[in-house]
Amino acid sequence: MLFFEWLTIALALPVIPPGRDESELLDGLRKGDEQAFAEAVDRYSGSLLRVAMAYVPSQAVAEEVVQETWMGVFEGLSRFEGRSSFKTWLFTILTNRAKTRGTRESRYVAFAEKTGSEDDDEWGGVDLDSFIQSGSKAGHWIEPPHAWDHGTPERLALSKESREQIEQAIEALPATQRQVITFRDLEGLSSDEVCNILQVTETNQRVLLHRARSRVRRTLAQYVKGDLG
Amino acid sequence: MDKNLKEHLMSYLLGRLSCQDVAEIITEYLEGAMSLSNRIRFHMHLGMCRDCRNYLEQMKATVQTLGKLPPEPISPHVREELLRRFQHWKKG
Repeated sequence: MLFFEWLTIALALPVIPPGRDESELLDGLRKGDEQAFAEAVDRYSGSLLRVAMAYVPSQAVAEEVVQETWMGVFEGLSRFEGRSSFKTWLFTILTNRAKTRGTRESRYVAFAEKTGSEDDDEWGGVDLDSFIQSGSKAGHWIEPPHAWDHGTPERLALSKESREQIEQAIEALPATQRQVITFRDLEGLSSDEVCNILQVTETNQRVLLHRARSRVRRTLAQYVKGDLG
Repeated sequence: MDKNLKEHLMSYLLGRLSCQDVAEIITEYLEGAMSLSNRIRFHMHLGMCRDCRNYLEQMKATVQTLGKLPPEPISPHVREELLRRFQHWKKG
C-alpha cells in the first residue's frame, strides 16, 4: 500500500479512545470527570443489576439498588483505598444496599420464603433418582451423562433459547445459591472475594456453589439432549 | 467367593468412589479443595469411568457457559438519571 493511501485511510478513521484501566477510571471519578463516570456506569451497571436481582424481587427495585450503589460510590470514593478491586468494592456496597432494601420490601420476605434459604434446602446437589440406589450396581448412573462437544458452551451462550433456560434455572434457585453462582460464575469473582462479600465460610460458599451449578448443569443437560435429539 | 461380594470388598479396601460420590464431591475437586487421598480416589474413578468423565466435562462446560453470558445493560432512563446525579454531586 502506498504511504499516502495509508495516510488517507488512517486519517479517515474515527479516533476511538481506548477504555481506561481501573486506576485511570478512579482518578477520573475523583476529579469529577463526567466521561469517566459514564464509562464506569456503562462498564459496571449491568453486572450490578444482575447481582441486585439475586437479592430483590423485581427489575425496578434492582435498578433503584444500582442507583443507590452509585450514590454510595460518590460518598465513599475518597475513602476507597484500593485494597480490593473497584468491582469488588462496588459489589460490597451493592450487597449492603440490597440487603437493607430487601428487608424493607415486604415482597422480599415472600420471595425469600418462596425460594428458601441454604438452611432449608436439603438437596445435596445430586439427584438420587439419577443413580441406582440398591443392588450390586448401587451408586452407578441410571442414565449416563453424554459427552458434549467442545463448542457447546459457545453455542449455549449464543442461543437465545438456552440463555432463557439458564436465566430461569438461576431465578428458580434459593436466594443464597443464586447470589453465589452469580458472583462466581457469571461475574468471575474468586472464592475469597465472594466469602468476603457474603460473609460466609469457604465451605458454606462451596456447598451453595455446588448446589447451584448442579441445578444449572441439569437444566443445560436437558436442553442439550432435547436440542440434539 | 461370590463375584459381587469380591467387588464390594475390593471397593471397600481401595476406598473406591461410586459415580454418585463423584457427583457429590465434584465441586470440591473443581475448587481444588480436595484432600490428596480423595483426589487420588477421584482420579482412579475417572480413569475407569467414561460417564463420570463426561459429567466432569459437563460441569466445566456449564461454568464456561455461565462465564460467557454478558450482563444486560441498564435501561437508558436509569443511565440518564445516574449521569444527572453525578453532575449534581460534583457541584455539591
